[in-house]
Amino acid sequence: MMAVIEENPGYKWVGTRPIRPDGLEKITGKARFGADSILPGMLYGSVVRSPHAHARILSIDMSAAKSMPGVKAVITSADFPDLALNGGSAGDIDMSNNVMARAKVLYEGHVVAAVAANTREQAKAAADAVIVNYEVLPHVLTVDEAMADNAPLLHDGMYTKGIDPKPEKPSNVASRVVHERGDLDKGFAEADLVIEREYTTKPVHQGYIEPHAAVADANSDGRAHIWCSSQGHFQMRAHTATVLGVSPGTIKVTAAEIGGGFGGKTVVYLEPLAVRLSQRAGRPVKLVMDRDEVFRASGPTSGTRIKVKMGVTNEGQLTAADVWMGYEAGAFSGSPVGAAGMTVIACYDIPNFFVEGFDVVVNKPRVAAYRAPGAPMAAFAVETVMDELARGINIDPIDLRLQNAVVEGTQASYGPKFPRIGFVETLEAIKNHPQYTAELGPNQGRGVAAGFWFNAGMNSSATVHINENGTATVVVGSPDIGGSRQSMALMAAEELGISYENIQPVVADTETVGFNDVTGGSRVTLATGAAVVDACRVITADLRARAAKTWDVEIDDVEWVDGQAQHVDGSQPPLSLADLAGKSGRTGGPISATASLNARGVGAAFSTQLCDVEVDPETGITRVIRYVSAQDAGRAISPAYVEGQMQGGVAQGIGWALNEEYIHNSSGVMENASFLDYRIPVASDLPMIDTVIVEVPNPAHPYGVRGVGEVGIVPPMAAVANAISDAAGVRMKDLPMSPVKLLEALNEKGK
Amino acid sequence: MSRRHITATINGDEVDFLAEEGSSLLNALRDEVGLTGVKEGCGTGDCGSCSVLLNDYLTCACLVFAPEVEGGTIVTVEGLADGGELHPLQQCFLEGAALQCGICTPGFLMAAKALLDRNPNPTETEIRYALAGNLCRCTGYDKIIRAVQEAASQIREA
Amino acid sequence: MARVHLSAGLRDLTGGVANIEIEASTVGRLIKSLDQMFPGIGSRLSEGSSVAINGEILTDAEYEKIPASAEIHFLDILQGG
Repeated sequence: MMAVIEENPGYKWVGTRPIRPDGLEKITGKARFGADSILPGMLYGSVVRSPHAHARILSIDMSAAKSMPGVKAVITSADFPDLALNGGSAGDIDMSNNVMARAKVLYEGHVVAAVAANTREQAKAAADAVIVNYEVLPHVLTVDEAMADNAPLLHDGMYTKGIDPKPEKPSNVASRVVHERGDLDKGFAEADLVIEREYTTKPVHQGYIEPHAAVADANSDGRAHIWCSSQGHFQMRAHTATVLGVSPGTIKVTAAEIGGGFGGKTVVYLEPLAVRLSQRAGRPVKLVMDRDEVFRASGPTSGTRIKVKMGVTNEGQLTAADVWMGYEAGAFSGSPVGAAGMTVIACYDIPNFFVEGFDVVVNKPRVAAYRAPGAPMAAFAVETVMDELARGINIDPIDLRLQNAVVEGTQASYGPKFPRIGFVETLEAIKNHPQYTAELGPNQGRGVAAGFWFNAGMNSSATVHINENGTATVVVGSPDIGGSRQSMALMAAEELGISYENIQPVVADTETVGFNDVTGGSRVTLATGAAVVDACRVITADLRARAAKTWDVEIDDVEWVDGQAQHVDGSQPPLSLADLAGKSGRTGGPISATASLNARGVGAAFSTQLCDVEVDPETGITRVIRYVSAQDAGRAISPAYVEGQMQGGVAQGIGWALNEEYIHNSSGVMENASFLDYRIPVASDLPMIDTVIVEVPNPAHPYGVRGVGEVGIVPPMAAVANAISDAAGVRMKDLPMSPVKLLEALNEKGK
Repeated sequence: MSRRHITATINGDEVDFLAEEGSSLLNALRDEVGLTGVKEGCGTGDCGSCSVLLNDYLTCACLVFAPEVEGGTIVTVEGLADGGELHPLQQCFLEGAALQCGICTPGFLMAAKALLDRNPNPTETEIRYALAGNLCRCTGYDKIIRAVQEAASQIREA
Repeated sequence: MARVHLSAGLRDLTGGVANIEIEASTVGRLIKSLDQMFPGIGSRLSEGSSVAINGEILTDAEYEKIPASAEIHFLDILQGG
């Protein structure tokens, strides 16, 4: 279903649903993912990981491992440059120490050594034979434990940034962020109803089905070639080079197909280990994480504690918001609390607010980006308070949001004024959806929630080649996770005026296309798409010049229309792209253009979602029975895959709401590091997920694109919680809202 | 470690390969036979990415020792199309945008084939439960379920 | 003159100043001027910030021209998923 705000201006390809260019390879098993590369003479690697949440490494004895059959290389942190000794930035030092622990291990699963051997069984046996002596240290696992007085410290030199005056003592709090406006006391005094609540969420994993994998082939001259699945092979190159202490120019990275990422594959884990093992062994090395390693040592996103106090008048005007947020960063600073602070109340125009957030290190794996990083947990808290406020003053929850919604020109809570945005349109799309007024059965309930995400622009390059028969190759450097080859080809078809089927999009390696930032931040269709459009426009200008040369007329007399050069007065028979391409040697040589840019005009994204649940009062099991997601895409270049992004975000959010959590025992060991015990939604858990693509074009993009990958995961937890409240009369404030917790809440209510 | 010689019919052809006693069918298919369309997502039978048909039964290749398939018949995603002609499930996945990253797709295709082979007219609920052993993190399953429904309808009409 | 808004997180360096009008031709020069007034703010802004000029959020904006009477906001760097 589409809610068209501005009519499609007659596009021929943009907005259609052809078969994706890489589809055939993926439904026949031919597509090569991270673990699918097999090189002649290739060795298998295995990684030795800490069994302790926090410990000092006293010694590592590798002698037994080295002498085992088939073992070709064993490495530890001694095989990597200590960036702290040669002027590395704090971020680079953390990255290096996360790839391979130095001196201390900071979480269970932290890498301490790696081996390579002829077979995977030999490699695993050798890894088991590495003897590490630890001095176990006390650990902290949660925001509360880490922020307690006299808590054990992960990093002796960590002094909280953003506090005045600078703290005298180190702590586990890396930084503090603050946003404020107006007069909080005055705001709450004006309110007729004030709701104050406290929430917790657990770390959850991105849960991509493909484990991290890398194959490296290092030469004795210092050059190396890596095949890996990541969200950005240029970033993998840069980060691998940093950890190894070499020039990025010595490393070539070929992007394998990527089996899901959601933010979690923007981080370097295996690549530097694979290169170093390959150098030591003189043979190619493959490293693939087991699923339990994926859980213990990659991802997840932050566990949080969030306190929200909000006030509203009886007429539905929000008057004040006071928010406190503690976000777990894992073992190194860098939780997404900054974004949480900027997004938490960004949907609403609130005159008085104080938002304070803390980035807190704990002895768990270092958090990685996960779809709209930081925003979903914050929205869970604020959007459930919004629901309570609406019910408290007896106003429709969508009307309360509409009355306070940010629009073009509103001063955002994070600072600048909003450009054209489509929040109100998503709210109206849900309000007008038949599901919003459909009848509910016994034990059923309905909830709505909204969400905001910035989206990103960043750097992209693209090259377009016109082949001799007038077909085109579009070369990009953005790994395609969810159909971006299709959106690139659709925009190129629109620009060049040729058929989509005549365009072959290619994701090229780091030596074959210009630099590209990661596939993340919902940015590829916007930014890489803009580079493709720019390159196509250089080509169509060139084609006009070539037609002018052919006809011996001025270029201004030539237009590019429907894939052909036409003389403005019709005095010449049109020249098609195939005509011009076939004779390109006579007009200046091959036809090709490259465009590179740091994308501007990023368009913010909003989503409003409607969830119906049925709660079983006997078991506490919540079933999502119907779901509708409305999201402003700006323009849906590739609607089938826009819907896919929306539906995927919702499904992940429902898992986060109801099932998913990291469970650590008191020793700091993860107890559910498998897909059996860390249960992501399966087909029988979910209903069809209805989508409403709202199109409020981003005025700053040639096709109005905003970016669609992330915002869909922001509202679901609150939408589910609000629906549970409607169904069962209990307010759930701790994620996940598992059957056990819901039963407890129902029993408590029954007392 | 000793390696066993194993003979099995894989995607219609008799194939010989060597595998360690303790090697999984998954590793043997990928490393020895070269069928990397069979994917590993977990290695513990929880995700279904390595689903194959073993003697007509839907099986996680990671849960079977390679020597156990001696003399058996295996169909992987590479054997789903009939020469150049795609299986209706493959065609419907393509047309229905039922894949995003594509890592789980081979497993879903095999699980869906196993379902439709024994139940050509499944309800939505039957499809959802038949595919509940296959994890997809990208799609929310919506377009996968619709693609299986469409393929079932096409197969019935053919 | 550009109107510069300093987020609450920076006010430990500005002695509480939240808004300031400064003449500067580019974002880089603006940061330099701010650093002269509020020592230490320069490194914080150039390593850890995006900048919004009249509502458009930009990264790596050191050489970006500042239009007359622009509204400038410095924002935390964002991660994307």
